[in-house]
Amino acid sequence: MNTLKKMMRAGIIDENPIFVQLLGMCPTLAVTTSASNGFGMGLTVICVLALSNFLISLLRKFIPQQVRIASYIVVISGVVTAIQLLIKAYLPELDKSLGLFIPLIVVNCIILARAEAFASKNNVVMSILDGIFMGAGFTIALTLLGIIRELIGCGTIFGFDVLLRFGYTPILFFVQPAGAFITLGVLIGAVTAIRNKTDGRKKALKGDEAK
Amino acid sequence: MSITVADLGLGGILSIIITAVLAENYIFSKFLGCCPFLGLSENPSNALGMGCAVTFVMTLSSLITGLINKYILVVFELEYLQTIAFILVIASLVQLIEMFLKKSVPALYSALGIYLPLITTNCAILGAALLCVQNSYDPFVSAIYGFASGVGFTLAIVVFAGVREKVAFADIPKSFKGFPIALVTAGLLAMSFAGFSGITI
Repeated sequence: MNTLKKMMRAGIIDENPIFVQLLGMCPTLAVTTSASNGFGMGLTVICVLALSNFLISLLRKFIPQQVRIASYIVVISGVVTAIQLLIKAYLPELDKSLGLFIPLIVVNCIILARAEAFASKNNVVMSILDGIFMGAGFTIALTLLGIIRELIGCGTIFGFDVLLRFGYTPILFFVQPAGAFITLGVLIGAVTAIRNKTDGRKKALKGDEAK
Repeated sequence: MSITVADLGLGGILSIIITAVLAENYIFSKFLGCCPFLGLSENPSNALGMGCAVTFVMTLSSLITGLINKYILVVFELEYLQTIAFILVIASLVQLIEMFLKKSVPALYSALGIYLPLITTNCAILGAALLCVQNSYDPFVSAIYGFASGVGFTLAIVVFAGVREKVAFADIPKSFKGFPIALVTAGLLAMSFAGFSGITI
């Protein structure tokens, strides 16, 4: 139970793929024009990550060391293709709004990083859990970014009117590409500031000297 | 039917090139290839090397994936295997280029370091291949499109590296040092590139 808590904390807070490890920036910036897009992308990544971690962990004793990266990519692209076909069949709207970025999950650094760093060394159950928690961290980050951009850029959250009814004029800039870069930059800066504070003054000072 | 060079004519080709380089720049409007863009932009010469490597791989991979798609996948009705087939072609192509650079241009090889194998997982390369199929480009048009997109990527990463060199000396808040300020800088650059978005030929 304790390890479960630890893994959850690692995936969502301590080693959050977006805010701390800074992996998988392309889909993060591209699909977060609205909260529901970010959330949909996050859920897709959870599925892919859990499945690919499961398969790679299962195969970890059969995959030769030298060709492991290539094998991981084949496994991951297989999983992504299956999920892409499922989304096309059952959630055509999500497919339309995420578009190119569903097949591009294949080359998302998070998936390969977890395969290499975790699934290739741990048992099946742990690997699936790691996939789910890392995916959850990714989903939370994407949804948060999506909420902020949608709220400022359109005045809505998940498509529901929040600010518009108060006569708010949407700042379109935030749903445009430039807004994505700046919002994410400010968000990561804010998260870093909070982390520095909670890590304690001493540690923060030490980190600065090291820099 | 796929779009061939003859269909487009010189004007059409030029329009594809200008759109890919400026108006729909891979970094600033499509968000493809952000990892090397943010990771390998500390100084302009390395950025140029990375840009050239990406352009080279992208041109070749767009051509080869176009050929594979046209003569194998479409013929046998295996289009759903596109993602898998394309990523395998790209991975082996990158391996080949890595071996070539190691042998004949060791200086560039050591400068690019770990980022060269990372081209495999650069979404710009796979993205270009998939976009070509989506737009139903002929293999040769795909190669031109891939080349132009690579040039756009190079332009973006070199300009960004130049700006970052200056930013490194600026006095910025502690928690914004490094990655966050790079993102904000990229946002400002993206704003200037958004000025090109109205261009049509």
